[in-house]
Amino acid sequence: MSVDTGIEPGAALPKARGDYLPLLLPVALALAALPFVPVSTWFTLTVAGLAMGMMIFVMASGLTLIFGLMDVLNFGHGAFIAIGAYVATLVLLPLGGWMQADSIWLNLAALLSAIVAAMAVTAVIGLAFERILIVPVYGQHLKQILITMGGMIVAEQLLYALFGPQQIPLALPTSLRGSFLIGDAAIEKYRVVAVLVGLVVFVTMLLILNRTKIGLLIRAGVENGEMVEALGYRIRRLFVGVFMAGSALAGLGGVMWGLYREQVNASMGGELLVLVFIVVIIGGLGSVTGCFIGALLVALLQNYIGFLVPKLSLISDILLMVAVLLWRPRGLYPVTSR
Amino acid sequence: MSELLTLSAVETHIGRYHILHGVDLAVPEGATTMLLGRNGAGKTTALRTIMGLWRASAGEIRFGGSRIEARPTPDIARAGIGYVPETMAVFSDLTVKENLVLAAREGAMDESRLGWIFGFFPPLKTFWLSRAGTLSGGQKQMLSFARAIIEPRRLLLIDEPTKGLAPAIIGALIDCLAEVKRRGATILLVEQNFRVAQEIGDSVSVMDDGRIVHTSAMAELARDGALQHRLLGLSLGAHQ
Ligand SMILES: Nc1ncnc2c1ncn2[C@@H]1O[C@H](COP(=O)(O)OP(=O)(O)OP(=O)(O)O)[C@@H](O)[C@H]1O
Ligand SMILES: [Mg+2]
Repeated sequence: MSVDTGIEPGAALPKARGDYLPLLLPVALALAALPFVPVSTWFTLTVAGLAMGMMIFVMASGLTLIFGLMDVLNFGHGAFIAIGAYVATLVLLPLGGWMQADSIWLNLAALLSAIVAAMAVTAVIGLAFERILIVPVYGQHLKQILITMGGMIVAEQLLYALFGPQQIPLALPTSLRGSFLIGDAAIEKYRVVAVLVGLVVFVTMLLILNRTKIGLLIRAGVENGEMVEALGYRIRRLFVGVFMAGSALAGLGGVMWGLYREQVNASMGGELLVLVFIVVIIGGLGSVTGCFIGALLVALLQNYIGFLVPKLSLISDILLMVAVLLWRPRGLYPVTSR
Repeated sequence: MSELLTLSAVETHIGRYHILHGVDLAVPEGATTMLLGRNGAGKTTALRTIMGLWRASAGEIRFGGSRIEARPTPDIARAGIGYVPETMAVFSDLTVKENLVLAAREGAMDESRLGWIFGFFPPLKTFWLSRAGTLSGGQKQMLSFARAIIEPRRLLLIDEPTKGLAPAIIGALIDCLAEVKRRGATILLVEQNFRVAQEIGDSVSVMDDGRIVHTSAMAELARDGALQHRLLGLSLGAHQ
């Protein structure tokens, strides 16, 4: 019999699957764009792409975990993006003084309060959303799509009703306005901040997923929830926690996006949701790292294409998704067996 | 001998299919009970029903005296049942170590117990930090076993552990089972390999078409070739 007994002491170690190729894609994309644009413009576009990518990643990371772990297609995710942005706007209204102060600390204190409030509110609404809308439709994809889309529409209409259809301004604090100049290239300060926040979220998620027992349970649950239960863990509690965290991340992404655009409106969640879903699919449903790379790819490409061939920019995301899926039909880092 | 696990008239439906048609099964404490039967007889379904992974639609399952058929799977596991599924179900994205960290739910892994497990399954030590997905089939089975015994459990449910494995690995699994049993565990073991069954089984129940059709001491079935043939469709020569 040719089955590997695997117990000879000298047997070679099976190679850990170091699949680093997808990690190189954003770098390759950035380098590929370099010959076509002036260097200073390239620099500005690249930073813009990175910042946008990080924000999309923050919004999409929660969705990918929710899908991977719970097998739930949550079309309501966009609602949390918009709600987060509105909560931040509300919190910042009375804190206008801090935002306009010349002190970076007062500015940051105001921003931090807005972020904490936005994440707390979206987490709590996420809890209610999961208990009321998702629990009855676990395992039923079609109903999930209908009911979460319904939830999304209701949330959007509530925002219209409460705040009106118009754009509401959301100004950046004093110290984050304007740009740095590096050579000829102008780099908006806020974009740098967005990149840093995105990186912090990404690294924190990786640490939690890889270094804590909760993280191990989430990764195991993404692959085989039934076996996690057979080992004695209540996966439903994990579901609730991940759903709340995912919603809070959407809220954070909404705040970041609102500040980036310096305005919020009720339909922003729905508009971003398409992009977020593309990123989640490109990444391989359920993979945080894949989602990170997918977000960077989508955003970088949008910026380069928007500059080079503006007419193509409407379909560049879709083309990218098709190209990735032709290469890896289940996304960059497929993790679920579904 | 008292019974640790009993199934009485258990029925299971999967979707619209009626799979178990009233299973009566007793697993005596401290012994190894073999569950045999042809392909599709319902052995896996029976184990999954005990674990609560399928819901019994009728009947009663008692473990250590209390009813468990309506309890959620994690509670059933925490009552003291370790499960080695037919698919092994190792978490392939996690390392060998991480798989065992999750299986040891009482906290840190007991070093001496780990050493004891490495004694049966040296590859687990060699590949301690490798992703379980990169292991060979036999090594995955070792890991699946190790997960079930990393902490002492009162009952082990093991589904066709030797399927498709090389004799050397089957030997290691049997040694491990014998030792686990010597330490007092109760085992319910589904096994197609009659030689293995004969070697480690104390008593045996045979399933066919969702029912238990025979129960006896293992030795009794092992002696009776005609009975084996009738129950399992074994031709003696092929399994010696
Ligand atoms: N998920 C399922 N959906 C529908 N029918 C199923 C499902 N799982 C099992 N069955 C059916 O239930 C019956 C018993 O299957 P089961 O897997 O319990 O048999 P088994 O005795 O373990 O067989 P084997 O020796 O091949 O593992 C089979 O007829 C099978 O087709
Ligand atoms: Mg089976």
